Amino acid sequence: MAVLPDQVIYMDNNATTRIAPEVVDAMMPYLTQFYGNPSSMYTFGGQVGQALNKARQEIADLLGAEPGEIVFTSCGTESDSTAILSALQTNPGKNHLVTTKVEHPAVKNLCDNLESFTGRKHHVTRLPVAADGTLDLQRFKESLTDDTAIVSVMWANNETGVLFPVEEMAEIARECGILFHTDAVQAVGKIPIKLRETAIDFLSLSGHKLHAPKGVGVLYVRKGTPYIPFMNGGHQEHGRRGGTENVASIVGLGRACALAAEKMAEENTRVRALRDKLERGLLGTIPKSLLNGHPSQRLPNTANISFEYVEGEAILLHMNQHNICASSGSACTSGSLEPSHVLRAMGVPFTAAHGSIRFSLSIYNTEQEVDFVLATLPGIIAKLRTLSPFWEDK
Amino acid sequence: MWEYTDKVQDHFINPRNVGEIENADGVGNVGSIACGDALRLTIRVDENQVITDAKFKTFGCASAIASSSMLTEMLKGMKLEDAKKLTNDDIAKALGGLPKEKMHCSVMGREALEAAIADYTGAILPMAQGEVVCECFGVTDLEIIRAIRENALTSVEDITHFTKAGGGCGKCEGKLRALLAETVEGAAGEPTGAPKKKRMTTLEKIKRIEEVIEREIKPTLKKDGGDIQLVDVDGDFVTVSLRGACANCYSSRTTLKEYVERKLREQVLESLIVEEDK
Ligand SMILES: Cc1ncc(COP(=O)(O)O)c(C=O)c1O
Repeated sequence: MAVLPDQVIYMDNNATTRIAPEVVDAMMPYLTQFYGNPSSMYTFGGQVGQALNKARQEIADLLGAEPGEIVFTSCGTESDSTAILSALQTNPGKNHLVTTKVEHPAVKNLCDNLESFTGRKHHVTRLPVAADGTLDLQRFKESLTDDTAIVSVMWANNETGVLFPVEEMAEIARECGILFHTDAVQAVGKIPIKLRETAIDFLSLSGHKLHAPKGVGVLYVRKGTPYIPFMNGGHQEHGRRGGTENVASIVGLGRACALAAEKMAEENTRVRALRDKLERGLLGTIPKSLLNGHPSQRLPNTANISFEYVEGEAILLHMNQHNICASSGSACTSGSLEPSHVLRAMGVPFTAAHGSIRFSLSIYNTEQEVDFVLATLPGIIAKLRTLSPFWEDK
Repeated sequence: MWEYTDKVQDHFINPRNVGEIENADGVGNVGSIACGDALRLTIRVDENQVITDAKFKTFGCASAIASSSMLTEMLKGMKLEDAKKLTNDDIAKALGGLPKEKMHCSVMGREALEAAIADYTGAILPMAQGEVVCECFGVTDLEIIRAIRENALTSVEDITHFTKAGGGCGKCEGKLRALLAETVEGAAGEPTGAPKKKRMTTLEKIKRIEEVIEREIKPTLKKDGGDIQLVDVDGDFVTVSLRGACANCYSSRTTLKEYVERKLREQVLESLIVEEDK
């Protein structure tokens, strides 16, 4: 039986978000009436092209960038691949990449595969993180060499919400003449970004993380940055990305970016306060629970908490009984047998890594929902601990 | 999201026979917290060799909890002779099936049962005698060969689903492929070559054991709030004392065998046996 949105407490916004009703409204005409091809010569198509340009402007405004620097893609993953592969192709003599140990699979697996499958031509430095998930800038500086083609470092971590100082890192890379890409899929819409004032060359974002639909993304390419397309085809996006545009979704993404700009303050006040209440409440009432990630250098919506000696999938399925939606870094939930690479890189012990739960809020969450989770979770953890051979309540 | 049967859901949400039998006749501990699941099974056996009671404690996902719960239900009233014949497939079937990726949970149930029976009869567990093939999860060749035979496995991926072997770093994939080829063709069911012994003086041995403990084992245990001290080395027997979180942890035996012993075997001598100082 289907579970309807009104029945759930949705705290998994880093996985995906609800499409804002305003976004749906903006999209509808392009799913019904205005089906013309934006590249066509007649007004019936051309007006669709204008809608794309409006969206391009709205997105550029949220990022503090120029409309001409926005390239539409099919998702965050495509944007990541495009940026990294372009940098390698425009720097044919350079074979070194610098990234971190905690990237999303969109960057991590691309780097792993480049290292393994391109005749071992490429080599990758994966910067370690401290116990609180933060990076060491000194180590970053030392990792850059004459052979480095690109640095790819995420702005905000999807599992812990920890923020990296990408603006500072981009400056350092630029001084060395190295291209800088940031996967900002989790950061866009949650924290203020002004690309114009940074040295960032490429930035990836994804629609479905900020209340736009799934299957639309953007790659920001700084004006003047050498670039070779990933998707070759027609002249769309000025030849930077072939394929007829996903018009309705792009229009939706534009609207979502305009909304995000309006709601940025709320995200950083009301949503942050809800997150803090949830976090403090859980850490305060559940023994042997700990926060994963830096307490302040973090997105306002994310709380990643480990409940020691219990396993994440079991927690999530009990939460599901109460229609509470969240994620876990445990091995069992991923279908792999190892817990989250992010938590392992932070040195979170196995006792805690398997029992980690990520709560990620949005502007649609309410205080009642937080109160309900605070009332429900302690019982779930206590029940599972009576089952656990590692738990002794003394 | 996993597709769990109603039976799995039921045994997960309302697990039966949770806890521990005091002064149990047989205790079986398998798995470890590092591996992501662990099961402690206790059984009571009467003078007619019938299992009259069974209880469990499990750390793990829904299917691990459901498998343990179902196992204890099946065991109660069962003759020891029949319990010895129980397979992982029997547990999975009783639950109405498990997702393929979760079959290792039923395997864990069966292994805990074997360990509990061995503890009761005083026999030595045959499966632990094999050679460790997957170092991430401490799976031996004997366990893998048995899983291939009993469940008619046909791929390395299957082996991982059933035994976890190969699910970590993936370095043992070649060995798994070889075991699969050997076992399926029925050519060689015996373990591939006994562990080799290297020549080493006692002094050298002690020094290297100390080194590995200081450099690798201690820091890892400390992360989980534990500590370790080398007490004695006598021939192949290494005596250590565990302290802190490790000492009173139920998993101390698992820590000892699966982690400490494995590390020392890998890095010092394959024939070492680690014991706890009591
Ligand atoms: C940090 C990060 N990068 C990339 C992605 C991938 O985005 P998409 O699903 O649009 O490909 C995600 C989404 O999970 C993410 O969190």
